[in-house]
Amino acid sequence: MTRGLRLLALALMMGWAGTALAQGTLRIGINEDPDALDPVTNRLASGRQPLTAICDKLFDVNTDLEVVPQLAESYEIAPDGMSLIVKLRPGVRFHDGEPLTAEAVRFVTDRNINTPGSLRRSELTAVERVEVVDPLTVRFVLKRPQGYLLVINLAERAGMMVSPKAAQALGDRFGTQPVCAGPYRFVERVPQGRIVVERFADYWDRSAVGPDRIEYLPITDSTVRIAALRSGEIQIAERLTPTDLPQLEADPNVRVVSTADLGYHIIRFNTNNGPRSQVLRDVRVRRAIEAAVDRQAMVTALFEDKYLVGNQFVNPSSPYYDTTHPVPARDVALAQRLLREAGTPNLTFTLLVPAERERQEAAQFIQAMLAEAGITMNIETQDNATMLNNGRRGQFEALFTFWSGRAHPDGNVFAHFTCQGPQNDSRYCNEELDAILTRARETTSEEERRTLYRRANGILVDDKPGMILWHRRTFTGLSTRVSGFVPHPDSTIRVRGLSLQQ
Amino acid sequence: MKFLTFLGKRLALAIPTILIVTVLVFLLQQLLPGDPALAMAGDEVDEQSLAELRIKYGLDQPIVIQYLRWLGGALVGDLGYSIRNSVGVTDLVLTKLGVTMQLAVASMAIALLIGVPLGVISAAKRGSIADFCANAFALSGISVPSFWLGIVLILIFSVNLRIFPASGYVPFSEDPWRCIMGFVLPSFVLGTGIAGVLMRHTRSAMLQSLGTDYVRTARAKGLREQRVVLRHALRNALIPVVTLGAIEFGQLLAGAVLTEQIFSIPGFGKLLVDGVLYRDYAVVQGLVLVAAILFILASLIADILYFLINPRLRS
Repeated sequence: MTRGLRLLALALMMGWAGTALAQGTLRIGINEDPDALDPVTNRLASGRQPLTAICDKLFDVNTDLEVVPQLAESYEIAPDGMSLIVKLRPGVRFHDGEPLTAEAVRFVTDRNINTPGSLRRSELTAVERVEVVDPLTVRFVLKRPQGYLLVINLAERAGMMVSPKAAQALGDRFGTQPVCAGPYRFVERVPQGRIVVERFADYWDRSAVGPDRIEYLPITDSTVRIAALRSGEIQIAERLTPTDLPQLEADPNVRVVSTADLGYHIIRFNTNNGPRSQVLRDVRVRRAIEAAVDRQAMVTALFEDKYLVGNQFVNPSSPYYDTTHPVPARDVALAQRLLREAGTPNLTFTLLVPAERERQEAAQFIQAMLAEAGITMNIETQDNATMLNNGRRGQFEALFTFWSGRAHPDGNVFAHFTCQGPQNDSRYCNEELDAILTRARETTSEEERRTLYRRANGILVDDKPGMILWHRRTFTGLSTRVSGFVPHPDSTIRVRGLSLQQ
Repeated sequence: MKFLTFLGKRLALAIPTILIVTVLVFLLQQLLPGDPALAMAGDEVDEQSLAELRIKYGLDQPIVIQYLRWLGGALVGDLGYSIRNSVGVTDLVLTKLGVTMQLAVASMAIALLIGVPLGVISAAKRGSIADFCANAFALSGISVPSFWLGIVLILIFSVNLRIFPASGYVPFSEDPWRCIMGFVLPSFVLGTGIAGVLMRHTRSAMLQSLGTDYVRTARAKGLREQRVVLRHALRNALIPVVTLGAIEFGQLLAGAVLTEQIFSIPGFGKLLVDGVLYRDYAVVQGLVLVAAILFILASLIADILYFLINPRLRS
């Protein structure tokens, strides 16, 4: 009996010792296991979470979506717009001790552009070559006058500086042990288990404080993520949904912060991609579909009114929103009239939807609303990879997708709606829109930029290659032990400035 | 000697079985709509980058070449490369094998410890309250969905009572207590499901066994009922139970997808689901191969157990 008690006591002590060691550790629950942690190939939004802690970028974007310095101190766009000068911060070291120099920036940019299968190439298409002016000054020579856009892209994964020495040594395997210049250095990764990083002692910003260690834990089910937050297993739970929130309101150990997301949810129509575009080719038909939908009712019913209704690629409070084309109210009579004019009073089409709860519910809601206007919408569930493929090949009439959003409006529209845009599965082509969007990339006047994007929004609302429905809000659950957390519209957790009380 | 030839024959049959399984899975994956390069790169990418990705991972080769390349690698222990995780599949599988094994063994232990005794009691006391309760338990174990049970247990034991962690796996070498605690809920969820099935099979095998002539003889000889049940009837009833147990264990080794998903345990199940969703062909191939091998090993262990239980097979 006493032997058993002793063993029990020993086990309990070991358990307590275990928790004591972990006190300087912040645990963050993310919604899926990230892909490889190499800025060149990283695609998933979840990948940005650990990468933001490990790899600092040349610039960053603040919560007001303004560019702020990070590894670079300043930038200057040449008067003719064909080059961008970036001045680096002195005294920055990578996690392996190597210094950050202009040569390193040149190496990393070349790597981003030239690595086979690089996913950053499309963000650097304007770059002709990179020149070293002096050890702390880089000149990007451009093919087109898109300097400002390049700066925004350098405030994302394309601007994450990796140690050239480590990149050369590890090659393709860099993603398994990234070496960068961020506030935390990579410690270990168990695939689908956790990613562990620890404070980098030689970080350039000596004033930065934060937990000693951070663990990123992929917990795919949001109910379990919340349970882990409430039980104290994790201290931050990202990507909560509106339906998760009520159970957290009563819990005194947890609080929820939110901010508007940069992206949008959209039903994309096949207007010009292969034979199946016949069904929705007529713009009157697409306008009829929109007229039969009540976005506000849907958001109120399905998302506790926590998401924002929208109809343009930026949300209604954005300076780039075209106020002459507001979110329309439902008008079933108009829908029926438009259908009669188009000669298809009993329209039938199929919507492809992935097996994701929010979109499935919304699709059913829309199906019911359309039925009242005499439109039959069939819902076909496909997994994401299949739907992506079908979109590319024009094997769809309508598909329900979303875009996670970028700080610069160009990131929300250029690849999606220009004639050659890689994500333009509708194959919608409007030369006037292309010209406007190209000009918007090049102008250095914020005033002109606003005018241009508003016009672009107006054109897209009229032509309707897709029907944008709502903009999400990001909801992040925090333990009351965490302070200093500021939610960011791009949903990426900035770990600098976070502190964890014991 | 007879046993060794028997074992030898089983092993020899195993090899073509495994080969056929790998070919089937390979072909099935090719049938899946969706392009792995697109699934990996997402929609932001231009055609040139996609083409480069396909060349990089050998996806542009004809199917037969792709399969033969994979097979050649597998024979020397190289199961290919995981596009999603950017590591070799062999490494990936080996790191998760330990986790999956631990979960499988723990779940099976719970299933056996609950299911078999309940089946014996319920057969021995057929028609009584004990029988009724055991049957009710078995039925709920079989009917209750694992993900529902998992979440309910998390809410009760992790969130409210704070006894067990809600999710996640910590290696035994790093924190033994946390490791064990982390396995309790998931193995309970898996174990009770299997316990239900085992209980029913044990019960019916026992009832059959208890109705035989030799059991009647044993009773007539005046042996205590407990001795009759445990020493005589149970031994014969165990044979179908061992068969079932081996099959269930084999299935556990293939990964308990839903349970691993709920409890965020980095085992085979989660890896397999991600592999299919992201069209990571090499991972799915590698996992199926390993699961097939483990399944065959599990049934070989079952065969050994038959030999131990049933003296007639030894002669």
